[in-house]
Amino acid sequence: MSTPTLPPGLAIQKADERIMTLNVGPQHPGSGHMRIIVQIDGDYIVACDPDPGYVHRGEEKMAEYRNYVLNIPHLERPVIHDSCNILYPYVLGAEELLGLEITERAKYVRVIASELNRCVYTMYWLAIYGIFLGHSTMFMWPAGDRELLIDLLEKMTGARVTHSYFIPGGIRNDLPANFEDVCLRQVNYFEKRIKEYADVFYDNPILLSRTEKTGILTRENAIRLGTTGSVLRASGVDYDVRKKEPYDVYDELDFQTNVMKSGDSYARSRIPWLDMMESCRIIRDALQKMPKSGSVRVKLKPNPKGAIGSVYKRIESGRGALGCYIVSDKKAEPYRVKLSVPSFRNLIALPHLLIGEKLGNMPSVYWSLNYWPVEADR
Amino acid sequence: MSSESEKKMVEKKPEDSKPTTAKATEKPAAKPAAKKPVPAKTPPKEEPELPAFEKGIGDKIIEKFGDQTAVSFVKPDRVGIKVNRESIHDVAEFARDVLNYDHVDSVAGVDYPVDKEIEVVYHLSSYTDPTLSRQILELATRAQREDEPIPGNDATKLPSLRDVFYSVEFHEREVFEMLGVYFEGHPDNRRLLLPEDWADLPPLRKDFRNKGR
Repeated sequence: MSTPTLPPGLAIQKADERIMTLNVGPQHPGSGHMRIIVQIDGDYIVACDPDPGYVHRGEEKMAEYRNYVLNIPHLERPVIHDSCNILYPYVLGAEELLGLEITERAKYVRVIASELNRCVYTMYWLAIYGIFLGHSTMFMWPAGDRELLIDLLEKMTGARVTHSYFIPGGIRNDLPANFEDVCLRQVNYFEKRIKEYADVFYDNPILLSRTEKTGILTRENAIRLGTTGSVLRASGVDYDVRKKEPYDVYDELDFQTNVMKSGDSYARSRIPWLDMMESCRIIRDALQKMPKSGSVRVKLKPNPKGAIGSVYKRIESGRGALGCYIVSDKKAEPYRVKLSVPSFRNLIALPHLLIGEKLGNMPSVYWSLNYWPVEADR
Repeated sequence: MSSESEKKMVEKKPEDSKPTTAKATEKPAAKPAAKKPVPAKTPPKEEPELPAFEKGIGDKIIEKFGDQTAVSFVKPDRVGIKVNRESIHDVAEFARDVLNYDHVDSVAGVDYPVDKEIEVVYHLSSYTDPTLSRQILELATRAQREDEPIPGNDATKLPSLRDVFYSVEFHEREVFEMLGVYFEGHPDNRRLLLPEDWADLPPLRKDFRNKGR
């Protein structure tokens, strides 16, 4: 129709006889809510063009109409399974703009909630990863075991999934009585359970044959493409925001980062699992070091106004570094909120990993990116 | 069965939160000697003493590019630089080759209808240089804004940084569709998140109002 105004790159491409173009998604469950346009030559992928945007909701635009507190329930929507972590940088940024100093106990509770949420997210991802490799046990086990931690988060926040727990100035409500004991018991049992996954999944020769040496991302490419989180650490770069730029109380807690050198799908699927064990360690340590009483919330004025300026905060979420850029012009609503989400940053690696792979390896490579389409679209 | 060999692949990095925090406190002591002469030149606000390491980064850029750039703020771990749109490409190359920033964390577009400009903010960070692991360098540049935008075919243009930092590829595509800033030299200026037949204003501009608001 109006071909002259087409932006460059949108022109229809002519493929030759050998090449077939396949649209994977957006309805296909194997791609999540996105489309991957692949061109295949026989069994091998020769070109790949990810096409996100099917679940774009305009979160950043919506944030310009609501004040700093009202923004919380909708800004967590992009990843409801990791809702504490996606709010974390926004809340840290809002606190700097509003000039709030939060209490020690609130910092520890935030860390505990954030680590529990990281495990809940990772278990959900692991269940999906299992089922798309045809391993239905690995779908059932994580889907069941994550209930342990969802119950804990329900006790803390009152909601199973969309917690809206972090607010500028601390957290919404204090822990219930006797929470420490229940948490310790559940987390210990959870850790025992996830260790059993090694036998059924991570040491399983079928998994190894499907994921080892597929979709290799070299260290140089991982840095050049700006990937983050488990994708980056699976390629041998030791970078974790919790270690490198500790926020709240992460500098006082005892944990390690997991790094693997091979950069293949297997490494990328193993790192989140190892991270969950570190999360259990962090939670136990935080429960011990946490002040046993005290306020968890600073009283806010109605419609608080941010100072003029901008702030960029980042944290480590279940998928990688999550940044939030807030510009304030001394109104009750932020002038601009930009979420720099790890899924969006890792998406750029997908064409690099898929080209040259067999089509049959696509699910194992694609899901190993720890990609969450709804988060990438915002 | 192969769990022994697998375990070997996993390299547990030893606990080292101390060195990173120590580094941040060490730096100010080491740097000032070299960077002392410059401070008087561009102090944005002189109330508290500025963190020396971060100030050094800003000063290096000012020294090289002079009045093409200006320091907008210096905070702990954050440096903000305003750059003229003609020299953004050179400043980015300088940040990559001399200052060792190796990737872009985020690219944000901000609309300023009052100034008739659109600001594009690059947040640079580094994986390879341990002294920069806490740092974010914020490069902000402004494009001319048109009231009746024809995205891609009007004066709202900026040079693309895709050939300097490969990681900006999707971010710049997003800024193009959301604010209508065309990046010259970007190999793939297609829509990313919006539908192909979106015919309204670029949605993150301030004159695009959400319905009912």
